[in-house]
Amino acid sequence: MRMNGAQILLESLVREGVEHIYGYPGGVVLPLYDRFPEFPKLHHVLVRHEQGAAHAADGYARASGKVGVCLATSGPGATNLVTGICTAWMDSVPLVALTGNVARNLLGRDGFQEADITGITLPITKHNYLVMKASDIAYTVREAFHIAGTGRKGPVLVDIPKDVFQEEAEFHWPETVSLRGYKPTMQGHAGQIRKAAKLIDEAQRPIIIAGQGVIASGGAPELRAFAEKAGIPVVTTFLGIGGFPQDHALSYGWMGMHGAFYANHATDKADVVIGIGNRFDDRAMGRFADFNPNAQIVHIDIDPAEIGKNFKTAVPIVGDVKTVLGALIEEVEPHTHVEWVRWIDEMRQEHPSFIVPQGSVMSVQYVISQLNEATRGDAVIVTGVGQHQMWTGQFFTFREPRQLITSGGLGTMGFEVPAALGAAMARPDKTVWSICGDAGFQMTSQELATIMDQRVPVKFAIMNNGFLGMVRQWQELFYDNNYVSVDTREALCQPDFVKLAEAYGMKAMRVTAKQDVRAAIDEAMAHPGPVLVDFHVEAEGNVWPMVPAGASLAETLDHPLTAGKFSKGAR
Amino acid sequence: MMTTMHTLVALVEDHPGVLNRVASLFRRRGFNIESITVGKTETDGISRMTLVIDGATTQVEQVEKQLYKLIDVVKVSDITHDGIIARELALIKVRCNNLNRHEIVQLAQIFHAEIVDVTDTTLVVEAVGDEDRLESLLKVLRPYGIREIVRTGRVALARGVGSTSVDAEPAEIRQFHRREGRMPAKPLPFASD
Repeated sequence: MRMNGAQILLESLVREGVEHIYGYPGGVVLPLYDRFPEFPKLHHVLVRHEQGAAHAADGYARASGKVGVCLATSGPGATNLVTGICTAWMDSVPLVALTGNVARNLLGRDGFQEADITGITLPITKHNYLVMKASDIAYTVREAFHIAGTGRKGPVLVDIPKDVFQEEAEFHWPETVSLRGYKPTMQGHAGQIRKAAKLIDEAQRPIIIAGQGVIASGGAPELRAFAEKAGIPVVTTFLGIGGFPQDHALSYGWMGMHGAFYANHATDKADVVIGIGNRFDDRAMGRFADFNPNAQIVHIDIDPAEIGKNFKTAVPIVGDVKTVLGALIEEVEPHTHVEWVRWIDEMRQEHPSFIVPQGSVMSVQYVISQLNEATRGDAVIVTGVGQHQMWTGQFFTFREPRQLITSGGLGTMGFEVPAALGAAMARPDKTVWSICGDAGFQMTSQELATIMDQRVPVKFAIMNNGFLGMVRQWQELFYDNNYVSVDTREALCQPDFVKLAEAYGMKAMRVTAKQDVRAAIDEAMAHPGPVLVDFHVEAEGNVWPMVPAGASLAETLDHPLTAGKFSKGAR
Repeated sequence: MMTTMHTLVALVEDHPGVLNRVASLFRRRGFNIESITVGKTETDGISRMTLVIDGATTQVEQVEKQLYKLIDVVKVSDITHDGIIARELALIKVRCNNLNRHEIVQLAQIFHAEIVDVTDTTLVVEAVGDEDRLESLLKVLRPYGIREIVRTGRVALARGVGSTSVDAEPAEIRQFHRREGRMPAKPLPFASD
């Protein structure tokens, strides 16, 4: 069938099963927008800034497990996507970013709104394309979705010049994709799996570090079966939260810079560390040179380049986490490491790590633990970046994959508003709470308008402490209390968030006293539409425990209330 | 002395921008390239990159793995330990005069190099060899005054019957060639045809 490039692109998106496209029109994509009404299956969501489009598509992808799609015009539209594309890149989120570009005869001539977006996104995409013929669009879209959504997932950008949208070509949809340079390894090597099983069977103090690969591969049930059979304690990375139920007897929370004291110390004392779909990065592992020298590492990951990148690995297994764990479960012997588990349990009793401050002060910790109670832990939680993000990880009990939507690798403030839009559209069956900082919220608050026009019932909880909290904490601890450019309430003219929300027509409440927290949360949840709650929380709370930047896991600073009581010592 | 230089061969799709992807990867990850050459191969649509990397400054295994992650890279092999034939071509413009021209020509002959251009005051020497040979030649030519040098960088091929080609040679073709001493005039039918 003859179609023009715009129709070919939209038909291809329909064939890929795309539901929502987060986008913003502009000059060169007008021929594309002109054809949208012909494709009623594609729901276009008009964001208010292209960064919001990328984050919303990202939030949708993380919450649903499908490929998210965003769309922008050339030049500034395309460059505004960059932060969102990089966020998805760092966290291996499947995303297809579509951009228009100037007509083919103007490419490379610095015309109005031209940006070399394929060049710009080269280091932050899994792959990208500049499509120069309408007849190339269909197979390019097919390849882009295939590359984004398989193997180690990631963003793919497709850039299409204006006149390619207008050019006519025959529509031909390729049923299969074959790329000779891209064949992800799914099955683990049988010999390596046996070797790993032997090492695991002989281990005295094994520990599992479960990363986001567990969630991305759909391998949470296999992880649980594996941990239970082999009797191995599980800690997760921050992005791995939800891959293993946090209320499980073998769950020891998450490790890393603000992870549990016992999780960090247990990892530091283990004799076999089984990394599953994680990448052993600096925020999780502390100073590389001083990481547990006695540990032998088994590393399962779909990306061979992650194995051996930061640490020497005793048994590398390249493959899909779900598939490899399925095979590994068969090979390992049933085990209970009673003494080792008891040792960690005792450490956890002495160092509970996550402590809600007592007294009348309304702390973020208290608000999040109330959110946890009010939702019974059954909600999708989106966060921004900073103190409230760490406290969310600490005080909410996550039991299921895709429950926590957060920017881990890039640490993108402003992620929380548009990502919540995408997550809520992916999971209409769930309550979606976006836990925001008062600073990050202002980076993308224009998307409240999108949330209102889409009638998506996101609940916003702003942890308003009047500070750039995490930066302030570092200035307090590591820069002698020298507060510079962090005091948002006094010095930087904090807006009235209630009035701001109301300006968009959104229901909003302010909570200034601890005893009103629960009632406000309940009221927000009872309201059928979107709600914003501005919690005026403790101004200068600090996140504990903490591995200071450049320190090792063994040097984890405990919560001040329990610090110095660690009596167990090294084994 | 153990050399730390590794020779990698990357077979890549012959698409626009592939060299840019490889160069961008090396820049971003801080990999140092000693030399890189690109050219066509026996397979249409596939180019061959020969990369020389110093293992003392760069994690060669990471280079291999990261290269392979690029969608346009079809195959990567480290052929350092395969017994390779490595060659580089150099064109050297060297000063001369009526007194020493003959001397320079003789020196070039020792290195099996050719004189490809002569003027009153210069000679252009074309030399092929491994890096050591070219360095030795340059060393003896330097006292005469070198005006300009251009070098291609290393190209390399593994010795023996093995091949780093992307296409595996069908057994029938191999047997035909062994039997007849030549290639079949047209491709042989597959058993399933």
